[in-house]
Amino acid sequence: MSGSGTLLEVSGISVTFDGFRAINNLSFNIGHAELRAIIGPNGAGKTTFMDIVTGKTKPDEGKVLWGELSRNLIGMNEAKIARAGIGRKFQRPTVFEDQTVFENLLMAVKNDRNPLAVLFFKPKFKDLAKVEELASEIGLAEQLSRKSGELSHGQKQWLEIGMLLAQDPKLLLVDEPAAGMTLGEREHTTDILKEAAKTRAVVVVEHDMEFVRRLDCKVTVLHEGSVLAEGSLDHVTKNQDVIDVYLGR
Amino acid sequence: MDMFKKNPSLPVFIAVLVIFTLAVTFLSEAYGAGAISTSFVKTLGKTLCLALVAIAMDLVWGYTGILSLGHFAFFGLGGYMIGMWLMYARTKIIVLESLANAPLPPTASEISDAIGTQIFGVVGSSEFPLVWYFAHSFWAQIALVVLVPGLLALVFGWLAFRSRVTGVYLSILTQAMTLALSLYLFQNDSGLRGNNGLSGLQNLPGVDGISQDYISIWFFWASAFALLLTYLIAAFIVSGKFGSVIRGIRDDEARVRFLGYSVEGFKLFVFTLTAVIAAIGGALYYPQAGIINPAEIAPIASIYLAVWVAIGGRGRIYGAVIGAAFVSLVSTWFTGGQAPDVNLGFYTIKWVDWWLVLLGLSFVLVTLFAPKGIGGLFDLISGRLSPNRHGVPLGPDKGSLREEEAEK
Amino acid sequence: MIGRLFSACLMLLTCALPVQAQERTIQDVLQEHRVEIETSSRKTIAPAIDAIASSGLPAAQTVLEKWQNKDMWQRKADGLFFYATPADGGTYTLFDFDSGETVGVFEKGDLDQLKPNSGIRAMIGAALVQFQLNDPDPVRRREALLAIQRDGEASHLAPLRAAIETETDPEIKQLKEVTERLLTISFDKDDAARVEAIESFRGSITLDARAALNPLLSTSLAYAPPEDANIAEHVHSRFDGRHMPEGVTRSEAVALLQKHGVLGAIPDEQSIHDALVAHMVNDQVGGIQRQDLGSPDARYKAYDALVAEGLVPARISEYDVSETLAYSPLALVYDERSKAVTDAAKVTLSSISRAVAFNQFLDLSLDGLSLASIYFLAAIGLAITFGVMGVINMAHGEFIMMGAYTGYVVQQIVPDYTVSILLAIPLAFAVTFAAGVAMERLIIRWLYNRPLETLLATFGVSIALQQIAKNIFGTQARPLTSPGWLDGALTFNDVVSISYIRIAIFVLALIFLGVFLFIMKKTRLGLETRAVTQNPRMAASMGINPDKVNMLTFGLGSGIAGVAGVAIGLYAKVTSELGQDYIVQSFMTVVVGGVGNIWGTLLGAGLIGFLQKGIEWFNPSNTLAAQTYMIIFIIIFIQFRPKGIIALKGRAAGD
Repeated sequence: MSGSGTLLEVSGISVTFDGFRAINNLSFNIGHAELRAIIGPNGAGKTTFMDIVTGKTKPDEGKVLWGELSRNLIGMNEAKIARAGIGRKFQRPTVFEDQTVFENLLMAVKNDRNPLAVLFFKPKFKDLAKVEELASEIGLAEQLSRKSGELSHGQKQWLEIGMLLAQDPKLLLVDEPAAGMTLGEREHTTDILKEAAKTRAVVVVEHDMEFVRRLDCKVTVLHEGSVLAEGSLDHVTKNQDVIDVYLGR
Repeated sequence: MDMFKKNPSLPVFIAVLVIFTLAVTFLSEAYGAGAISTSFVKTLGKTLCLALVAIAMDLVWGYTGILSLGHFAFFGLGGYMIGMWLMYARTKIIVLESLANAPLPPTASEISDAIGTQIFGVVGSSEFPLVWYFAHSFWAQIALVVLVPGLLALVFGWLAFRSRVTGVYLSILTQAMTLALSLYLFQNDSGLRGNNGLSGLQNLPGVDGISQDYISIWFFWASAFALLLTYLIAAFIVSGKFGSVIRGIRDDEARVRFLGYSVEGFKLFVFTLTAVIAAIGGALYYPQAGIINPAEIAPIASIYLAVWVAIGGRGRIYGAVIGAAFVSLVSTWFTGGQAPDVNLGFYTIKWVDWWLVLLGLSFVLVTLFAPKGIGGLFDLISGRLSPNRHGVPLGPDKGSLREEEAEK
Repeated sequence: MIGRLFSACLMLLTCALPVQAQERTIQDVLQEHRVEIETSSRKTIAPAIDAIASSGLPAAQTVLEKWQNKDMWQRKADGLFFYATPADGGTYTLFDFDSGETVGVFEKGDLDQLKPNSGIRAMIGAALVQFQLNDPDPVRRREALLAIQRDGEASHLAPLRAAIETETDPEIKQLKEVTERLLTISFDKDDAARVEAIESFRGSITLDARAALNPLLSTSLAYAPPEDANIAEHVHSRFDGRHMPEGVTRSEAVALLQKHGVLGAIPDEQSIHDALVAHMVNDQVGGIQRQDLGSPDARYKAYDALVAEGLVPARISEYDVSETLAYSPLALVYDERSKAVTDAAKVTLSSISRAVAFNQFLDLSLDGLSLASIYFLAAIGLAITFGVMGVINMAHGEFIMMGAYTGYVVQQIVPDYTVSILLAIPLAFAVTFAAGVAMERLIIRWLYNRPLETLLATFGVSIALQQIAKNIFGTQARPLTSPGWLDGALTFNDVVSISYIRIAIFVLALIFLGVFLFIMKKTRLGLETRAVTQNPRMAASMGINPDKVNMLTFGLGSGIAGVAGVAIGLYAKVTSELGQDYIVQSFMTVVVGGVGNIWGTLLGAGLIGFLQKGIEWFNPSNTLAAQTYMIIFIIIFIQFRPKGIIALKGRAAGD
């Protein structure tokens, strides 16, 4: 799968916080339309890795190359990276709680993001159709006019995924999507992610091995800021280093 | 229209404003019964201008979450810009009158020197400073009303937002800007007459023989019209997707950024636009006040502006208008000596002395117990509720709505 | 014949002189010059004063002093001179100069008071110098020397030189030598001696040296100066047509040329105006109607017509004036004739100004240091409440004010300033600690994590407190007087000095820094505070009561503000607006330094203090402008270091 052209190429990045090396010479590739799970113990650098790719944290060294043109993402701000096609879902659901589901989704729908264009924006039929379509996909079609702060935890997670999809990104970075969900909600989430991965690359960071197994995809194990093992879940769980890291501490 | 749907208060506000304007007109000394004195018409006109700048403050703080402590500086700058023309033109008329009996008709440079001596005599100068270059031209100064505060806001905002200064740090920074500006204007060689400020602004050049009774009503109309326009613009801005985005910035700036919106651009847009609105408010206010000096720009004035918005209820446009009007009128009543003293037997409370104490404490109480401010009363009537989130705000950012401020 | 002559001489030498000296009294000297003294004219008095001064009689000094003070009287009856003190009923007691004994009491009508005019008194003063310089009392000798330094004259030079050898006190001897050199520079006839004296002041920074040297370089503008003039500079060589060289104004040069007849009258706008008005006939002048004279061109045209009629002098164009100026032999000529002296003075003055600049830099650094300690004092409480706890307290300035007023009230009760200050410091701490705790309990604890609301609520408290202070203490400034031992200044030399109050504030700032570090690093409260601010939940689960810790920490920060208020009150006036003047700068100090780090606050205060003094140095008259530019600098500084000088990094910093 990774042979079919690289979408994101992370090479040799390192970052240090006050002497603590959060990411240590990490290299990592992902191709178009690939589903990938990243696992690793606490402090392995999963969130920091996402921070670097999305432009929140600047690495001390290394490159992050993006797309066919291999543009370097280092030095671009978050908004620019997001517009380039990288969407991110946070660990805790972050939706705009004081706004309706409709407003949340409409804000996310791909359109001109320049302030003046936004000021004079009038939703066209295709925008409204897109919102309707996404809402039914994430099961919130009935909730469009409700304030999103009133949704249940799982519904917020889906709304956030829906907002990500509305952005129409080429790469989705998803941080622990299943945290705090019921079994049924997890299954629904897995379906949404798998569906999404058919048309774009999806990177899921997850603790829960069951959830990862259900995703049924290639797995990358991070440890102390670099890649410890890569392969199918069965392959990596047999790896002695991985066993040491997960069980030996 | 979407704007009306999202702002059900809009038609009510327009109706109230029109009725109020007509009522004042027909009770004024100029066009009606004379039940309202000219000085009170001026007070009401000034109050409308304060409501106008409060709307700007609400846009920038209530909707975008930037607690700017600098918007009164823009208000004052607007006043200074129009004041320069008023003072120049007025002085020119006086100078021409006094030179009319001179043995020779005056030359242009003689007139200019005489005006300069009149205006800058108090600061020991007679030369026109460079900043007065356009003072002779009404239209140029009108343009400067918008351009000078607008550019200042643009440059300051660009610097501040670019380096991602947020929350209280931004408040302190805006306060510093205000302090710097007022200290600068306090100097005699600032070119704007130091602490004397600009005066005699109530005299409109070219309308000699028309009494202040009429002029005050004209300014009242202009203020009411400007307020209406501002209200409409504000309602338009907050009702659409732009409103969604800025409210998103208020509650969770990082999330908006990850949606691909350039948060800095939006903040800069709102900051600059509201600075311009504030400046226009100032340009209407100071001709009614008659005088402007650097003390008006002191940082404390900008904090009061935030106080008005908070008392009215932030994040709702009518709240800003009510807050500004209520506090400034009540303040006039108390400080004007009209409020009756309270005799406690051992001590007589004179409101002139104790009004600020009352205001300060009531402000503390509003912040603690009634975050919705006066606007909350309307929610009681309309039966709107706040979500029960056990005290959790609606977003991680410092400017985000508190549980009690939101609507369910 | 020769023998007689010889014997006569011998007699004179051996007996006549001593005999005469024994017999001759100061009264004799006075009587010899009675006419001059009675005439009391500046033109003729000199011999009389000289005679008294050089008489060698012990009473000479007394006579001169009494005369100068208008205490010398003449008895009408016999014309003898006495000094007098007023007695009862308009009578005067007379004393004999020579013996000092009382002569008797006389009616005023029998006496004439001698009233020398100021010119004569100055001459007497000059004659007195030699006595004062040799006065047995070293204090008076020093006074006399300082008086000479202030207001020296050529006549002082000789007695001063004579008085150096005999001086026993080494310090005063040195002072005499310096004074002698200063006088030499100004008054000696010998240029070589003056040059030597001038060069001896190289690198000195005393005001007197500068005062003595500067007049040597005074110049005046001259037209075609003589060959032997001591020319500072030929003006035309540096005249570029518009700007005159430094030290010369155009109008001055024009006036000089007009005086020498090189330039004629130059009619300016006003005189053209006046000429036109004067020659106005039937509302017309020079063929132009009055109402058309509202432009410069028309006025020139009318004036030129008057010129053609020969009624007024011709206009000279600015260009012509400039040309004339540029080709005239104008020069700046030193008033001092000797080139050697002016050259030496120039070299020495430039070396002096280098030394002065260096010392001014030192002085400025001391000023900056003391301003920095004031900012640090004002900000250190904030470093706790805002820096450590993250609470933005707009009433912090009012806590400073409360501290200052506490000091004032204590001084009203305890009159001894030293005791009252020592009492005021703990009291101010107690008062503001209590106020801080009350505010934390009542307001701030409900608003943790809502800094913007805290800002506005504490602002409400701030305006209320300010108004209450105004209602209690009035609007006028109240004095907070420092103890006597803090008066005065530590003076290093004529340029560098620092007042003891500033030193005390600096020391207090150091003590505060120490106390802060001790509390934060070494005490239980400090540990718990850091724990609670970093992770309140974790701290609570470890048995720390966050409520109590927050309350105490906030109280501590407020209490320190109160003590700072006492210190600031000593330095500035105590008004209800005292705190307001410091609040923005205090926040700036904390923000610039880096929130949450006391060393950052220290650096921030240092940066702001030194910067403000540095800017003031460029424009010393304008403190307001200095503050403006400083704030602009800070705004720009924050662009490059948004988290301050000392920034916490990484995820812990909350970004």
